[in-house]
Amino acid sequence: MQNLGDAFGLAVALVVSGDADLLEIVALSLRVSLTATAIACLIGLPLGALVAIGRFPGRNAVLIVMNALMGLPPVVVGLLVYLHLSRSGPLGFLGLLYTPTAMIIAQTILIAPIVAALSRQVLEDLHAEYAEQFRSLCLTRLQTVRALIWDARYSLLTVGLAGFGRAVAEVGAVIIVGGNIDHLTRVMTTAIALETSKGDLALALALGIVLLVIALGVNAAVHSVRVTAARQAYA
Amino acid sequence: MRDTLAMTSALTGRAPGSPILPLAVRDLVLRFGDTAVLDGVTLDLGPAGCTVVMGPNGSGKSLLLKLLHGLMRPTSGTIDWAGRAPAEVTARQALVFQKPVLLRRSVAANIDFVLKARGGDRARRAALLDHVGLAHKAGQPARLLSGGEAQRLALARALATDPEVLFLDEPTASLDPASVLAIEAIVGAARARGTRIVFVTHDIGQARRMADDVVFLHRGRVAEHGPAAGFFPEPQSAAARDYLNGRIVV
Repeated sequence: MQNLGDAFGLAVALVVSGDADLLEIVALSLRVSLTATAIACLIGLPLGALVAIGRFPGRNAVLIVMNALMGLPPVVVGLLVYLHLSRSGPLGFLGLLYTPTAMIIAQTILIAPIVAALSRQVLEDLHAEYAEQFRSLCLTRLQTVRALIWDARYSLLTVGLAGFGRAVAEVGAVIIVGGNIDHLTRVMTTAIALETSKGDLALALALGIVLLVIALGVNAAVHSVRVTAARQAYA
Repeated sequence: MRDTLAMTSALTGRAPGSPILPLAVRDLVLRFGDTAVLDGVTLDLGPAGCTVVMGPNGSGKSLLLKLLHGLMRPTSGTIDWAGRAPAEVTARQALVFQKPVLLRRSVAANIDFVLKARGGDRARRAALLDHVGLAHKAGQPARLLSGGEAQRLALARALATDPEVLFLDEPTASLDPASVLAIEAIVGAARARGTRIVFVTHDIGQARRMADDVVFLHRGRVAEHGPAAGFFPEPQSAAARDYLNGRIVV
């Protein structure tokens, strides 16, 4: 067990030297979480938009379910995906268990409801402003959804960011379906958990530093885009 | 602003179809709960010209426009656009709101959006922006326009749909005199090209300048409807007389 000061020094050295193992883990984390975020946005944004502009029986129940799914426990999602992808499961023949694809599937299921529920709120507020004008223009539902998503694009960036944040920081689902296999499915969060349990705090801290820098960097980038957009009254 | 009346072909691409005028409104009632906000409105509008709708706040002017345009359904009564229901002719009309609803895009993109959505020729954008005096602001964010410019853009967007009937709901409220005149010139040009105008305003001077006929609403009813030439010098209803004389009408 290292003391905190030594561990922190080693962690900084690992980051600065661009340690190969560290970079591999970071790259896989980003690949998995960014892919999951992109897929979740492709599913969640249109879904959120349709619920935002739609008025149908059972809409309130749909809203409650959407909001409740935002709090899906990652380990439960991991378990459900595991059961489906394991050899005896209905999708076992695909051979996806313990692969990055399985991790992407689990993270997508985890964050798609977040994207859908948050985008629904953003788009419903915008639709309240546009609704009469759009009805006057006789827009189709598809035209309305596309226009709303485009005009809310800067607010929806924040929604995507919330999804990415949840994905990249989650450990429960990816460790179950990925297995934390070295050089194959080891991502930052699972590596931090493993290295901490082994007492190798340097790598764990180094990964923690990278995770924080990524979170700060992405937030700063999105914030600056939104500020620029707000200045032009596009946000 | 250039007078682009001569550019009619660039501004309108109106497809010929069976006319949607005259308009016949019979016993129109709109209730919110127990309150009748429109209470037995009966009205006829001819095929051409500019009808100005006046009346004190709460008399039902904006709601009447929305009903005629098919954005709302009446509680009872009929609206007959030459044999068609309002919802059937919404696409052949346009409504400019008191507070323009502009997309979070550039000035040009606001026009492009409507032209694309309605299958219009994108090449018309330049002529439309030129017509409303906004050609030099095409690339600017629409929501940073001044009040008058924003309303002119809303008008250009409405004209991009080639409306046969153009509804305007107090489009010049809170605008300076120059902006008011600019809007009136654009509306006047549309009228001259054959677009039927239905214009809500509280501005008596504007009503005198614009109106061929005046509908005066009071407490959800048509208190008076007649040619402007007769209405302004000799209003027949007490409410209209008081209104024109600057007395408080409730």
